Amino acid sequence: MYDYFQSVLGLEWGYLVAVVTHILMITVGILIGLAFLLLMDRKVWAAVQLRKGPNVVGPFGLLQSFADFFKFATKEPVIPAGADKTVFLLAPLISFVLAFAAWAVIPVYEGWAVANINVGALYLFAISSLGVYGIIMGGWASNSKYPFLGSLRSAAQMVSYEVSLGFVIVTVFLLADSLNLSEIVMAQSGGVHHWYFLKLFPVFVVFFISALAETNRPPFDLPEAESELVAGYQVEYGSTPYLLFMIAEYANIVLMCALMTLFFFGGWHPLFDIAPFTWLHGVFWFLGKVVFFFFMFAMAKAMVPRYRYDQLMRIGWKIFLPFTLFWIFGQAVFMAVF
Amino acid sequence: MVLSALAFYLFASLAVASAFAVIAARNPVHSVLFLILTFFNAAGLFVLLGAEFLALILVVVYVGAVAVLFLFVVMMLDVDFAELKRGALQYLPMGALIGLVVLGELVLVLGTMAAVPQSATVRTVPVPAVDEISNVEALGLILYTDYIYLFQAAGLILLVAMIGAIVLTLRHHDHVKRQNIAEQSSRQPEDAMDVVKVKPGQGI
Repeated sequence: MYDYFQSVLGLEWGYLVAVVTHILMITVGILIGLAFLLLMDRKVWAAVQLRKGPNVVGPFGLLQSFADFFKFATKEPVIPAGADKTVFLLAPLISFVLAFAAWAVIPVYEGWAVANINVGALYLFAISSLGVYGIIMGGWASNSKYPFLGSLRSAAQMVSYEVSLGFVIVTVFLLADSLNLSEIVMAQSGGVHHWYFLKLFPVFVVFFISALAETNRPPFDLPEAESELVAGYQVEYGSTPYLLFMIAEYANIVLMCALMTLFFFGGWHPLFDIAPFTWLHGVFWFLGKVVFFFFMFAMAKAMVPRYRYDQLMRIGWKIFLPFTLFWIFGQAVFMAVF
Repeated sequence: MVLSALAFYLFASLAVASAFAVIAARNPVHSVLFLILTFFNAAGLFVLLGAEFLALILVVVYVGAVAVLFLFVVMMLDVDFAELKRGALQYLPMGALIGLVVLGELVLVLGTMAAVPQSATVRTVPVPAVDEISNVEALGLILYTDYIYLFQAAGLILLVAMIGAIVLTLRHHDHVKRQNIAEQSSRQPEDAMDVVKVKPGQGI
């Protein structure tokens, strides 16, 4: 694609057009994928609770997400009277844009990332640390108590868990000797026994739990906490702005699943590097792993009761932070000695 | 080249405009949001310079952490900022003086003055060459060798500052109910509850 556009439009503008096309393809792909993942989330949840889940729109309810989309998109957005209009509308946009911007560096397959930059993992970390702005701005601009409390909680929670997420990523850097996502995946080639989750299993568990907290998923969905805060920062949101928040949330969840795949489960590499496994293209391995982790997220949502806020803070600061810190130290010493 | 020039002018003009908006905005929350935009554009300029590590660290540290705290504080404050700003003009001479000093320093830096005379040549012809080594490696190699003591000292200072902040704000109240997690986790159903079989019609 890049060669084609560059031969038609010249090096520079051809590159620009190719990148924009690439971005559009990825965005549309994610959006359509999300529609079905959202349905899967609800179906898994329903199955655990012995319900049927959405089953009316389309066969097996397959088109439910599209029906929801049209419902949200055609409703009238209501802006509260005392709200800061600009910030109120900017907040869901920022959430949405950031959630999709992170996908720019995700290598779905070797060389398939929009931007294969040297500090890709750091870029992801930076973008995910910005996600908190959408929530704070939304909560503040609503000019109402519950959204504000919800957004403060959420901000504290996300900032706390970013720390342990960052430290876990450092352990991966240490093993892979690179911050480039493609190189991290390449370092895990050659079958399941080379994947990092075997060497880093404890920190992988920390990463999984922190990812749940970072994306405000149950059991850490305190920002929404519908039983006490109504719905947290998104109380005042309806129609398209709400939809944007929702899509951003799910895009972030899938992003975290993709990160676990890249960092700990060998990205696009097949389970074993022998014949029947290598027949399947790497993209499908990647997507399969992502869907598997999404399933784990959905199961966590279905099975685990919500944490109390002080327990959440305790586990983040008093357990994960010291644990990951000492793990990095130990790993560095180990790698330096042996 | 046209594209990177366009990107440069976009980032630079947005950075200047949003920096101006930081001080011009009436609402302090808007000021912080404009400050974030300024940081972002500065990060963009770093990327254009090829310093992608610095750019991302700027975003992680300043936008992702420091500005969040700013935003927290500003949102919590209940101060009439319009009232505060009324007298702001009287500080104009002082502000202008500081601005002039900073401008003068910038001119000196961009001009001939250099703290380390060799730095100019290092900057134009870095060793190893820019395309041979990534940003992160280059920074790591110099930070953990030549500047290791300064680097560690900076870390220690930050640690002391953090401990100081905790010591200053930590208060123990006797009347606050606290949960001892170990105690809580080690509780067994036997010591916590009684199972009583109640016969119908008799009560306990």
